[in-house]
Amino acid sequence: MLLDNTITELGTLLRSKKISSRELVEEAYDSIEKHNGALSAFITVREKKDALCDADASDASSSRGPLAGIPFCLKDAYVTKDLKTTAGSKVLDTFVPPYSATVVQKLLASGAILIGKNNMDAWGHGATNENSDYGPVKNLWDTTRVAGGSSGGSAAAVSARMAAFSIGEDTGGSIRNPASMCNIAGLKVTYGRVSRYGAIAYASSLDTVGPMAKSVSDIAEILEVIAGVDPKDATSSRREVPHYSTLLEKPLSGMRVGIPKEFFAEGLTPEVRDIFVKATRMLESLGAQTLEVSLPSLPFGVSIYYLIAMSETSSNLNRYDGVRFGNNPSFFGEEGMRRIIIGTYALKAGYHDDLYGRALKGRTMLIREFDALWETCDVLLGPTIPTLPNKLGDLSENTMSAYLADAFTAPVSLVGSPSLAIPAGFSKSGLPVGMQIIGRKFDEATILAVGHAYQKATDWHKKKPALLS
Amino acid sequence: MNKYTPVIGLEIHVELSTNSKMFCGCKNDPFGADKPNSHVCPVCLGMPGALPVPNKKAIESTVLLGLALGCSINRHSKFDRKHYRYPDLPKGYQITQYELPFCYGSELHTSEGPVRLRRIHLEEDTAKLLHAKNKGEESRIDFNRGGVPLMELVTEPDILSSAQAKEFGKKLRTIILYLGISDADLERGNMRLEASVSLRKEGETALPSYKVELKNINSFSFMEKAIQFEIKRQTALLEEGIQPAQETRGWHEQTGETVLQRSKENADDYRYFPDPDIPPIELSEELLNELKAAIPELPSAKVERWKKDYAIEERYGTMLSDDRAEADKWDALFSALKKETVPVADVVKDVANKKTAFTNQTPVAEIHAHYHAKKTADAPSPEKIAEAVATVITENAKAVADFRAGNEKAVMFLLGMVFKRLQTKLGADAIRAELLKQLKKI
Repeated sequence: MLLDNTITELGTLLRSKKISSRELVEEAYDSIEKHNGALSAFITVREKKDALCDADASDASSSRGPLAGIPFCLKDAYVTKDLKTTAGSKVLDTFVPPYSATVVQKLLASGAILIGKNNMDAWGHGATNENSDYGPVKNLWDTTRVAGGSSGGSAAAVSARMAAFSIGEDTGGSIRNPASMCNIAGLKVTYGRVSRYGAIAYASSLDTVGPMAKSVSDIAEILEVIAGVDPKDATSSRREVPHYSTLLEKPLSGMRVGIPKEFFAEGLTPEVRDIFVKATRMLESLGAQTLEVSLPSLPFGVSIYYLIAMSETSSNLNRYDGVRFGNNPSFFGEEGMRRIIIGTYALKAGYHDDLYGRALKGRTMLIREFDALWETCDVLLGPTIPTLPNKLGDLSENTMSAYLADAFTAPVSLVGSPSLAIPAGFSKSGLPVGMQIIGRKFDEATILAVGHAYQKATDWHKKKPALLS
Repeated sequence: MNKYTPVIGLEIHVELSTNSKMFCGCKNDPFGADKPNSHVCPVCLGMPGALPVPNKKAIESTVLLGLALGCSINRHSKFDRKHYRYPDLPKGYQITQYELPFCYGSELHTSEGPVRLRRIHLEEDTAKLLHAKNKGEESRIDFNRGGVPLMELVTEPDILSSAQAKEFGKKLRTIILYLGISDADLERGNMRLEASVSLRKEGETALPSYKVELKNINSFSFMEKAIQFEIKRQTALLEEGIQPAQETRGWHEQTGETVLQRSKENADDYRYFPDPDIPPIELSEELLNELKAAIPELPSAKVERWKKDYAIEERYGTMLSDDRAEADKWDALFSALKKETVPVADVVKDVANKKTAFTNQTPVAEIHAHYHAKKTADAPSPEKIAEAVATVITENAKAVADFRAGNEKAVMFLLGMVFKRLQTKLGADAIRAELLKQLKKI
């Protein structure tokens, strides 16, 4: 398939007119036709003729940015002008936004072709995509299992070649978790690296906008386009955007890779642990120098994360009153209601200091612990999620276990660091297992270089699910 | 009957006249809009995904007022979310400042004593609700006002009378107009007054255990009337042994009464927390210095200076300094009149008492001519002058001798003595002539 190629390769083929954008878009729609019924990766698919029209215009145009003519999709958390946007919730089932998110504007301006809007846990609330009001997303590697969440639709769509890439959204692991479950790459950027304007908020101090694609080099190409300051997002950073794609080739010799021992806690599935250890050996063989480090507060990460995220989401969701747009609040699903109620309590006078206030202190503690590690480490390495993708419905009765899926990803979100999830191997049952490479704030370049070196030496990311062949 | 002392605090909201709204680029001009919901965007409509970006100019205006009033400034500040649900509040929370207002402390002087200022903070205004007049009609929301920068000043409950409340409000309004940060138009509602009123027995110092908030006041005299009514109402209740309820009451001009709007027995829980969409605000030393330099001479300083330079009485000075542009014109006139030796204080007194039609636009020559004529009319009679000169000559033999010895300076001394005796300098030319005439006769 053409969409097996990297974005760089596709760009070369497009520029030399060996292929057309129309062919790529046709192929994306063919995949959707074949697999979306089983996967539910989309909430809204754009009219094929509209996408083809854009592709033809791209083929006829002489301007050729790195993403020109490349088909992509968006998690349905990004508002798109004149195209229904739901955030996975029936509250917004009728919502057609009057404007487009900054990330959408940047991608469209770069010439990328929008295919559709991906399924997601409603409001980003979930790690398995089973909290979507539009049905759960299924995993292409085993359709009885979940694709992860909350950006599950994005991960499923990319792994099924329904587009070359998708833009996910990561608050506590929502890009990294499904990327690892679906054997693709996903980058949670540094908080502030990519504009959040037009990203429907889950928890504003944690929400990040990032790419999901098949390879680290693809991620670098996309990040270059979407990163940068935005006058419409006061939390976006003014730091210059490096040319990530030209910084990928960096030898790993001397690279100091810290491995926090707290990742090897109770709850880490032995198979996941073994695959992760093997991956660290591979990095060592490439010249990296691994060292055991400690993040004593890591085990508190999930509790701190959920208190802050639920407090913020209870506030952010206050605007959905059905007065100006969308349906009335009775359309909120069970998980949304749960988080609104818990968050409301956490902010209430009398509880505020013990719950929200204490969580903020815990967050500061975590930030200090991470900061201290950057003295001795260039990157940190850990498993993305403690388990293999669960069977659909397995966790529906057990909210706490579902929350623990974020145990390794949420602490990184709390400190604001970037983290790249990439495929690291497969279980005996043939399910993908991923790992995350965590970097200093705004040092995406280094974690991308480590990930790229690993992908040059391995071919986990090139494995395709049986259903595709 | 017991004697009670009113305990009054004010909360004053002022819409700032910036070009754009508080957190978006929409035009800040709700009165100039030609139709409802024409100055709106995803941010001020609270659309999904939209984010607030604070208006620098609005922050500067707020800090400017704080500096002009002598407040302390929180160099490190932030915006917080205040949650409540109402159709005029599109996000379900108002962005305001909770723990760290831009300005705090200081006091403003009134003729009945100082009133301490608790804080001045910045927030966003709500939309305007247009309620259905008839059954079956829909209520409507106009978001043109939604998100307009709104400054809130809160005083300590130091105010003792309705008149003092009015004086405070007027004084504050004048300063705001001087700074040019708002139109402060009460009728249009871009300056809004709220008074909290309670009573305690004379001599008591603890704050009463209740307070009544008065709203819906759109002029200073309504505020005065509403407070007066409330003092009477609460006095009657207390005399019957009933503690007035903690509540919000609205002023009804038609009936001249305050009416219960909302009971406030339970404290509201607004679930404040820092707005994660807005990074903390750091105010630089440079900015504060720039703002300090931009503060014009305020009315109180102007009145003081006029008193010193022109002997203008304070009450008249206050009257003429109300409006900054007008005051500047008076200032220019005063300085020109003084050069022409016109008695400025007399002109001001006549203007204030409407004894003349002169304005600050009247040509100096015209005023000069008038007061010169007046000068002649009010001058002492030739008889009086002759008598005073004769007395001075008799009483100052040494100076007269000096004059005769050829000391010209002695004339000035003697002239001064005559002025003193006559208690005027009017008719100075005639007095000088008479003095020289009598000296030569000796």
